Amino acid sequence: MAGSASEYIKHHLQNLTYGKLPAGYERADGTVLEESTWTLAHTGQEASDMGFWALHIDSLGWAIGLGVLFLFLFRMAAKRATSGQPGGLQNFVEVMVEFVDNSVKETFHGKNKVIAPLALTIFCWVFLMNLMDLVPVDFLPQLFHMMGLEYMKVVPTTDVNVTLGMSLSVFALIIYYSLKVKGVGGFLGELTLHPFSSDNLFLKILLVPVNLLLEGVSLIAKPISLALRLFGNLYAGELIFILIALLPLWAQWTLSVPWAIFHILVITLQAFIFMMLTIVYLSMAHEDSH
Amino acid sequence: MNINLTMIGQAIAFFIFVVFCMKYVWPPIMAALQERQKKIADGLAASDRAARDLELAQEKSAQELREAKQQAAALIEEANKRAAQIVEASKDEARKEGDKLIEQAKAEIEQERNQARDALRAEVAAIAVAGAEKILETSVDASKHNEMLEKLAAEL
Repeated sequence: MAGSASEYIKHHLQNLTYGKLPAGYERADGTVLEESTWTLAHTGQEASDMGFWALHIDSLGWAIGLGVLFLFLFRMAAKRATSGQPGGLQNFVEVMVEFVDNSVKETFHGKNKVIAPLALTIFCWVFLMNLMDLVPVDFLPQLFHMMGLEYMKVVPTTDVNVTLGMSLSVFALIIYYSLKVKGVGGFLGELTLHPFSSDNLFLKILLVPVNLLLEGVSLIAKPISLALRLFGNLYAGELIFILIALLPLWAQWTLSVPWAIFHILVITLQAFIFMMLTIVYLSMAHEDSH
Repeated sequence: MNINLTMIGQAIAFFIFVVFCMKYVWPPIMAALQERQKKIADGLAASDRAARDLELAQEKSAQELREAKQQAAALIEEANKRAAQIVEASKDEARKEGDKLIEQAKAEIEQERNQARDALRAEVAAIAVAGAEKILETSVDASKHNEMLEKLAAEL
């Protein structure tokens, strides 16, 4: 644990960033780049100076790794799936699948082949990504530090890019199904003729901007709240683990153990909420209210 | 906390994972689940049917048992009746036989008596002749007085 507390915290909250630095940029060690270069950021400042064209290799790497792990396990079970007596893995996978299937059936009454597998992927993937929060905060970063990587943030869902990436995909699906089910006119009508409407045509037209503002905000709020809720919960949880790690060694477990146990609830709940809200939003997109 | 390409990378990964899950994970598991559901439903139906069959078989066996008992009772009754008949018949037979024996014995006795009487008669006739001879001191010609003697014997 090197440096002051604030350095320690900052270090822990910095992603391993690979991105493009512009020509003439003065790097942290004082060297000046002659031309624009793709490189790993050595400091937080460098990472933020890379702007949009940068990748968080750690977030993305862990996220993809965990996603592949999830699909590998489930694919293995799916391949060996029998209608006879199921084995241990198949039992577990079936429990998950049935749980998700029931959640979907309770909320979504239309016919859609995408929603249930989508919900399963979201739940399992988000849960696994959240689960990384329970790995002691210094364990993996130290390991990668020894391998020469300066930064390593192992919980993908504490990266707002990851949660936004997922919620915006869900948002795209909301728009797609809204247009598909209701048609362009129906979707626009839903945005402009509700919640205030009138029989008077003039008044109706007058109310369109008001309705558009209200409905537009609620539409945009869906992906943003979806992403920020997950991100905020996990970020806060991670931060508290980091703060606990600043305590003297003998005192750490008195706080970190209860917090970790509580966090088991949080990570499951957040994964469930993300899945449930996705289902709810998509079922709303399928409902023709006119 | 910079918004950058990671978001798009994550969205692409998300898309690929969802498609993979939709194509290769969800359908086989759901198929297995539904097939098992069907199997269990079939099994339950079969067990219901078997229970009904069992009930029917029990009823049938009870019925047959009852019938067999009735038959046995009827047979026993008949046998009893038959035995009574046989006993009755043999009693009759015995009585008849006895009567016949008695009849025979009586007839024999009668015959003996007749024989004895005849013998006695003959002897009486001889004695009477002898007596008469003694009285008359002459011989009686048996052939001449035969008629009289026979009359005498018949009177005895």
